[in-house]
Amino acid sequence: MQRVFFSRMAIASSAGIGLEASLEALRERRSGLAPCRFETAELRTCVGQIPDERLAPVRADLTTFDCRNNRIAQLCLRQDGFENAVIESRDRHGAGRIGVFLGTSTSGILSTELAYRRRDPVSGALPPDFRYAGTQNSFSLAGFVQSYFALTGPAVVVSTACSSSAKVFGNAARMIAAGLCDAALVGGADSLCLTTLYGFASLGLLSTSPCRPFDAQRDGISIGEGAGFVLLEKSDAHTPPDAVRLLGIGESGDAYHMSSPHAEGLGARLAMERALKDAGIAPQAIDYINLHGTGTRSNDATEDKAVFAVFGGDTPCSSTKGWTGHTLGACGAIGAIISALAIGHGFLPGSVNTRTVDATMKLRYLLENRPASANLVISNAFGFGGTNCSLVLGRAGG
Amino acid sequence: MRVFVESVGILAPGLAGWAASRAVLAGTVPYRAAELSLPNPDVLPAVERRRTGVPVKLAIAVGQDALAGSARSGAELPTVFTSSGSDGEVIQEICVTLAGTQRQVSPTRFHNSVHNAPSGYWGIAMRSRAPSTSLCAFDCSFAAGLIEAATQVGVSGDAVLLIAYDLPYPEPLRSVRPVSAPFGAALLLTRDRDSRSIAGLEIAVSRDRGRTSSLDDAGLESLRRENPGARGLPLLAALARRRPDDVVLEYVAGNAIDVAVSPC
Repeated sequence: MQRVFFSRMAIASSAGIGLEASLEALRERRSGLAPCRFETAELRTCVGQIPDERLAPVRADLTTFDCRNNRIAQLCLRQDGFENAVIESRDRHGAGRIGVFLGTSTSGILSTELAYRRRDPVSGALPPDFRYAGTQNSFSLAGFVQSYFALTGPAVVVSTACSSSAKVFGNAARMIAAGLCDAALVGGADSLCLTTLYGFASLGLLSTSPCRPFDAQRDGISIGEGAGFVLLEKSDAHTPPDAVRLLGIGESGDAYHMSSPHAEGLGARLAMERALKDAGIAPQAIDYINLHGTGTRSNDATEDKAVFAVFGGDTPCSSTKGWTGHTLGACGAIGAIISALAIGHGFLPGSVNTRTVDATMKLRYLLENRPASANLVISNAFGFGGTNCSLVLGRAGG
Repeated sequence: MRVFVESVGILAPGLAGWAASRAVLAGTVPYRAAELSLPNPDVLPAVERRRTGVPVKLAIAVGQDALAGSARSGAELPTVFTSSGSDGEVIQEICVTLAGTQRQVSPTRFHNSVHNAPSGYWGIAMRSRAPSTSLCAFDCSFAAGLIEAATQVGVSGDAVLLIAYDLPYPEPLRSVRPVSAPFGAALLLTRDRDSRSIAGLEIAVSRDRGRTSSLDDAGLESLRRENPGARGLPLLAALARRRPDDVVLEYVAGNAIDVAVSPC
């Protein structure tokens, strides 16, 4: 696998807009989850919503892409010096040599949901101001980000539900290895929408309280929205020694069920084993596991089995969904960025909201933050359709 | 990037599988757009089969068509699914429900609404835990899928099955995203040439999209223009003709991909 490192990263979620705010929320154990007041939803659940007033319309020359999902993406692009870093990279490599590989689950479907309320009462036609390509179509996010930076390299959207923005790290590494680009903007965004709120409600998977991953009393997910972006560059002799590197990626399918994980976590286990093999490191070398940990009964129970089968029960691990909620197509990138923060700032985040770890779990699940030097981390993202992806990240000294 | 094509699958109105379509695509038999009848995916357990929509049936059928031309099992093959629009019927039903006052979304419709639904059902049908991805690049979805599949073959050395598909949306979405007819295509790509290889492909990205390949037959050409998956038809036609050819497919951000086809 082509060696690449995190040249710059940016994050936006209900727990924090920008790396500094997110780090503070992690350290002060401040969850972004609150009772759902989103749009016209009438559901007894909590969500991780980014305040509407933070979501400015997209840049004036890009209005064809204006939708909540791309507003969240734009908010994130404008954090943490990310915009300037991409422009510098573009000036260095050329606009055609930077790839854009992004993940989203529902893209701008919220715009379609709202347009359906305004259908012509006679013809049933959608309102004339509805723009399909820039909103609902899954490629909208990559089209928007490419246009935002006037990039002309390869681009694609991966839409594999909740593993989407983890898998894009693999697309980038392969495209750079194949010589099709020199750097890549990866990550993902997903916004709250009624499809996922009512869809997860129909499956009985929404928690009534802020989600409590791995808790004995956990009762489902809290849906969140957010974005995470990483500028990946090739590792070479000039790469800063403390840079976080993408060391390995593992992808698998469950071959089991569309919306329930394999009971023994076989697919999840394969993804982790393949990521470790790709990185060429032993399971015992991993210092921290950022779990998918959604807070549903089945995800957490099967992930516990899968992780235990690969690592045993000694490696510290936690889910950070208690802070951000489950950001679906964005959670792979957000998990990777939180993992990179743990490496860079020397602490392991202990799960918020979780009070009593389920006694049937075998993992060393952290309930409190812990100062620790973490050089090698694995981050999990699993999704509907039985899609699994694990990323191994680490510092050179790790 | 160099890869070899081991086998091909195709399903569209008047194109009922690769074996039956080769002469049409090669131009020796005229194209007639007969109605497409999709086989029921009997590789799926009955309980799953009842839940599948048309896109899943199309994607599985076209993937099986490609497998039929190879000696490989679907269980071990990594897959790249690519589609602009996934399942429009499901999106339509969910949006109509959510626009009403009784917002009872069907759980099956919800899990079928994900872009990777065909990939998920394929994995269940083939008992495959191999890596699988699901891509979208709007009108360039076929080209983006081809590039991804080729880079996977190059990096891993493993054979990869590319499955591209798109279907018409129901109204009112159809008016804002016109796709005229269902189309699915599959290519089984390998790194090395072997006795089953039918052609080598040399794939490169270029800035010149002025020369995008088209098809001589008016019916096939309108299929190409009106379905994102069918943008790959010029490549399939070149494979059917079994003559060296240079195919140019439209790619994102003003790029094209050049595919030099050399029959084995």
